[in-house]
Amino acid sequence: MFAQKVFSNIFGKIFIFIMLLITVYPIVWLILSSFKNPSEFSNPMYALPSGVHFQNYIDAWTIGNMGTYFQNSIFVTFPSLFLILMFGAATAFAIEKMKWKLNNTILLVFLGGIMIPMQIVLLPLFTIYHQTGLLNNLLGLIIVYIAFGLPLTIFLFTGYYKTLPNELIEAAIMDGANIYQIFFKISIPLIINSFVSIALVQFFFVWNDLIFAMTFISDSELRTIQTGLINFTGEYGQREWGGPTFASISLAIIPTLILYLILNKLVMKGMTSGAVKG
Amino acid sequence: MQSVLRDKKAIMIFILPALLIFLSAVLIPTVWSIGYSFFEGSPIRGFTFIGFENYVNIFSDRQFLSSFWLSIKYAGLVTTGQVFLGLILAIFYVLVLKRFSVIIRTLIFFPIVLPAVAVAQLFSKIFEITPQLGLVNSLLSSLNLDMWVQAWLGNGDTAFWVIVVMDIWRSMGFYAVLLYAGLIDIPEDVIEAARIDGANGLKLSRFVIIPMIKPILISAIIFSLNGTLKVFESVVALTNGGPGTSTSTLTLYMYHSAFAYNEYGYGSTVAVFLLILCLMVTLLIYRYSRQNID
Repeated sequence: MFAQKVFSNIFGKIFIFIMLLITVYPIVWLILSSFKNPSEFSNPMYALPSGVHFQNYIDAWTIGNMGTYFQNSIFVTFPSLFLILMFGAATAFAIEKMKWKLNNTILLVFLGGIMIPMQIVLLPLFTIYHQTGLLNNLLGLIIVYIAFGLPLTIFLFTGYYKTLPNELIEAAIMDGANIYQIFFKISIPLIINSFVSIALVQFFFVWNDLIFAMTFISDSELRTIQTGLINFTGEYGQREWGGPTFASISLAIIPTLILYLILNKLVMKGMTSGAVKG
Repeated sequence: MQSVLRDKKAIMIFILPALLIFLSAVLIPTVWSIGYSFFEGSPIRGFTFIGFENYVNIFSDRQFLSSFWLSIKYAGLVTTGQVFLGLILAIFYVLVLKRFSVIIRTLIFFPIVLPAVAVAQLFSKIFEITPQLGLVNSLLSSLNLDMWVQAWLGNGDTAFWVIVVMDIWRSMGFYAVLLYAGLIDIPEDVIEAARIDGANGLKLSRFVIIPMIKPILISAIIFSLNGTLKVFESVVALTNGGPGTSTSTLTLYMYHSAFAYNEYGYGSTVAVFLLILCLMVTLLIYRYSRQNID
């Protein structure tokens, strides 16, 4: 039995080590390759770069237009996130803490949205956007990101509001606070940690989206990172398949990587709580 | 005091923005799309009402049937891979690494946060053959396994497996953390007691650990199926359904019939099928899990 235990211990460690290697190595390889100079691509792909050829990043940023795509992604992501959080928190607050008849019905309406595949809204929205001038308009993207971000956000916020004691709200009412003060000054500060983890989950959803960005934006000046990247490796990448392509892929993952390095605990908590409860 | 919490105007102000956006960009378009599925045509050509014709035709459409089958196969394989590898990892986190697993958990988790498009571009570099042998091919070549050097993405079968491997790679660490959270809730003395009774490794997992985390295992499977049936970005970015239509899943088929061929009615019919599929999977597994828990 002791031998068996030692064996499963060693086997387990080897297994985890291999998994770790498989997970981390491709990213390390990507970033190393992004620093290779053009002549080095005649060496085998697993060879290490001889130096730091930063020009790849400059090329990707300027000639490859990654700079513009970055800007567009930022213009879309932050307003979307802000409004998803505000609208989501307000709705969840009204559903969970205020007293009215239809609260559970409204909650169910939103929760149904979790199962709806994005594909089903594309054609009608394309028609609506075409008629209202929201095609090739970043505002159109913001609207659809808010709409699809809300169900999970409301679901998670109602969960957090459940843990908030009603006595706190009652005490505030006794002290003469109105409902808006209770929402902004009492409920939000008390669940501010959940704001951060929900914001992170929604950040990855909006920042990583491809399907809406490729459907509603065709103007190359308005492309976001994901649509730009597909295009980058498509057109420009045909000529510059070496370093600049690796640099542009690295540029697309670096923001998410940095965010994860700093806030990994909250990211893991936020993303898994969406799955367990959903 | 209750009047503050019953303030109708405040309730309206709190829920209306969310409700209006959700109705106009999710619910109404969904109903509208179901409506489209009874028509033939596009906004440019105009629409003709054809009743259930799209739904009849779809079953004799070979491209639809093969996309449908491909989506099912993909969802089955990726869900099995993600949840199974996630479970093994989670069990080893608990049994082998014990309290020191934080860094490893964090590292294996991270690919899930990367954009699917960037991951797909990375994998297309890994499995590249021209203009330069990619990582896999150059490793094979240096190990003198040149007969295995091939255009991985140029053949429908291997391209399909590259997509499967890529999506398992992306999310096994996520499922490991999800299941780990369930595992650490198992009281330590239960595992100790089973160990004293002689259960070890496989037996311990099979008879103690898995039954105890069944609810969380089932929600992981539902979550994974729900995500994998809707796979879109990984496939678009890696193969765009190619070569030919060999890796075209239901979502890609919908997209192409709607936007490349401008068949709004038919594209919507495919989308409705996707919706039904997602609802069915969720309800089916939900019911099954209920029966077993009761």
